Amino acid sequence: MIEIRWHGRGGQGAKTAALLLADAAFATGLYVQGFPEYGPERMGAPITAYNRLDSKPIRVHSNIYSPDIVVIVDESLIGPVDVTAGLKSTGSVIVNTDRPPAAVREMFAGCTGAVYAIDANEISTRALGRALPNTPLLAAVARLSGIMPEDEFIRNMRDSFMHKFSSKPEVIEGNMNAIKEAWKGAVLL
Amino acid sequence: MSKRDRLSGNEAVATAIRQIDPDVIAAFPITPSTEIPQYISSFKAEGLIGTEFVTVESEHSAMSACIGASAAGARAMTATSSAGMALMYELLYVAASDRLPIVMAAVNRALSGPININADHSDSMGARDSGWIQIYSENAQEAYDNMLMAHRIAEHPDVMLPVMICQDGFITSHAVENVVIEDDSFVKGFVGEYRPEKYLLNPDEPLGVGPYSVSIFYMEIKRQQFEAMSKARAVIAQVSADFTAQTGREYGMLEKYRMDGAELAILIMSSAAGTGKDAVDILRAKGVKAGLVKLRVFRPFPAEDVAEALGGLKALGIMDRSDGFSACGGPLGAEVRAALYGKADGIRTINYIYGLGGRDMRTEDFEHIFGELAAMRDGGEAPDCRYQGVRE
Repeated sequence: MIEIRWHGRGGQGAKTAALLLADAAFATGLYVQGFPEYGPERMGAPITAYNRLDSKPIRVHSNIYSPDIVVIVDESLIGPVDVTAGLKSTGSVIVNTDRPPAAVREMFAGCTGAVYAIDANEISTRALGRALPNTPLLAAVARLSGIMPEDEFIRNMRDSFMHKFSSKPEVIEGNMNAIKEAWKGAVLL
Repeated sequence: MSKRDRLSGNEAVATAIRQIDPDVIAAFPITPSTEIPQYISSFKAEGLIGTEFVTVESEHSAMSACIGASAAGARAMTATSSAGMALMYELLYVAASDRLPIVMAAVNRALSGPININADHSDSMGARDSGWIQIYSENAQEAYDNMLMAHRIAEHPDVMLPVMICQDGFITSHAVENVVIEDDSFVKGFVGEYRPEKYLLNPDEPLGVGPYSVSIFYMEIKRQQFEAMSKARAVIAQVSADFTAQTGREYGMLEKYRMDGAELAILIMSSAAGTGKDAVDILRAKGVKAGLVKLRVFRPFPAEDVAEALGGLKALGIMDRSDGFSACGGPLGAEVRAALYGKADGIRTINYIYGLGGRDMRTEDFEHIFGELAAMRDGGEAPDCRYQGVRE
C-alpha cells in the first residue's frame, strides 16, 4: 500500500488533487482512497488530504500517520505544520517551491526521506495563466509513486479533467500542458 | 452487469437514490449529508429522476413532508445529519407510529456542543428509541447496498416501519473509494414497486392518519410497533439473503471477523470496523487470539445473534461512538451487556467510548484496546467504561 499525505491551504486544490489522483489510480485497476481532513472551512487555513493506493481492498479508515509520500502544496506551511511527521525513512517529500536547492535542503535538514522540489506555481502560471499548483504536483506524485507510466497517466488525466471540468472545457488543455511539463519537473535534491 | 466505480459515500448513496427513483424527496441541507440533496437536485434538473423534490425550510418540515407524502401512498425519502436529525426527532416518532416506510440517508455527525461537523453516532443514537429501523454501514459500498435493501425492509407488510441507513460523516461520506454499482434495471427489479395496502389518496377506502389517540388506544398502537420491530428481524435477514444471492456481497444482522477460536474481541459499528479488522490481522499474525464483530443492524437489536457471536469469548471491548452519559457507558455497551446476560455469561467487558466529534481511530488504538482486554482476561482489574484516544 502506498500512503500519501497532502498539505495545502484552503482554496489551493489539495483535496481536488487527492481526488484526481484516486481517479487516475482507479483507472489502472488499483483500490483507492482519496479523502480530505475537514476542519473549519476557510480560504487559506491549513488543510490535509490523503490517498491510499493498493492492489487489494483497503479497509482502514483512519488518517495517515506514516506516509510514503508527503506533498507540500504551500511551503509557508513548513514550520507551522509538522509536515514530515511520521514520514517513512524510505519515503519522499515533494515541495512546491521556487527557492534554490541549498535553501530547500536547509528547510528539510532533519528529514531522512528523499526531498524533491518543483516550481508548480511557475508551471501552472505558464500553462494556465495563474498559480494553481495542484495539477503539476499531481503529475510529480504520480511519477514518484510509480503507479503508472507517463502515457497512461496523461490519458487518464485527460478523462478525469473532461469529467471534472465538463462545464469549463477551456481549462482542460492548460491543465494537460501543466501535467505534461510537470511529469519530470520534480528534481531530487 | 454491475460496474466497478470510485465514489464517495455520499455519491454512492445518491446513485442508489437515483436508481430507486422515489416518488418524493424532501430534504434540507446540513453538513456532511448536504451533497446528497445536491446530487438529487442535479438528477432532477437533468431529467434522470421523476421524483418530486421538495426543498423545505427546515428538517422538521422535511420529515413532515415525507410523512405527508408517505401517508398519501408515495415512496418518500430524505437525508440528514446531526442537528438536522435532532430537529426531526418529534416527527421521527410520528413516522414510526403512523407506520410509514420512509427511508432516510443518515450521515452520522456529532451533536453540539461544542459545535462540531465530524463523525460520531450521537445523532442517530438520540433517535434510537424513535421506532426507526437503524442499519449502519462500514464503507461506501455498504452504504450503497444498504440503501438498495432499505425499501424492501421498510415496505414489507410485516414491518411497515421507517428505516435509516447510517454511514460515518466525512470518514466515508467524503472519502472516494472503490464501489461496485449495480445496473439501473437490476436495482429497479430488486427494490420493486411500492404498493401500499392503505393510503390517503385511495378514494375507495377513506382513511385517517395520525389522529389523537386516547389512553384506551395508545398502548395497542405501541404494542403493534413492538410487533413490527420484532418481525423486522426476519425480514431484514430474508432481504439480506436475497441481496447476497443476487450480488455475492454478504450481509446479515452482524458480521463476524476472525471469531473462530477468538478469546478477545471487539464489537463495533460503521467505518472504524474496517480499521479494527486490520488491527485484528496484525494481532493474529503475532499469535493473539483476536476477533471482531461488526454490528450492522442496531434497531431491531439482534440480541440472540449478538449472544451467539460473542459466546465463548474471555474478554470483549464494546465500542460506542457516542456517550449516553449514563455515567456507566454508551448505548451499545448497555444493550450488548443485556444481550449477554443469562445467554453468554462469564465474558469480561469494557465499554469504550471512542471517536467522538471525528476523533481519529487508528489501528494502534485497537492494538492498545486488545492489550487492555488481554490484561483483563489474565485477571487484571479494569473499569466498566473507558474513553479511548482522549487527553486526560
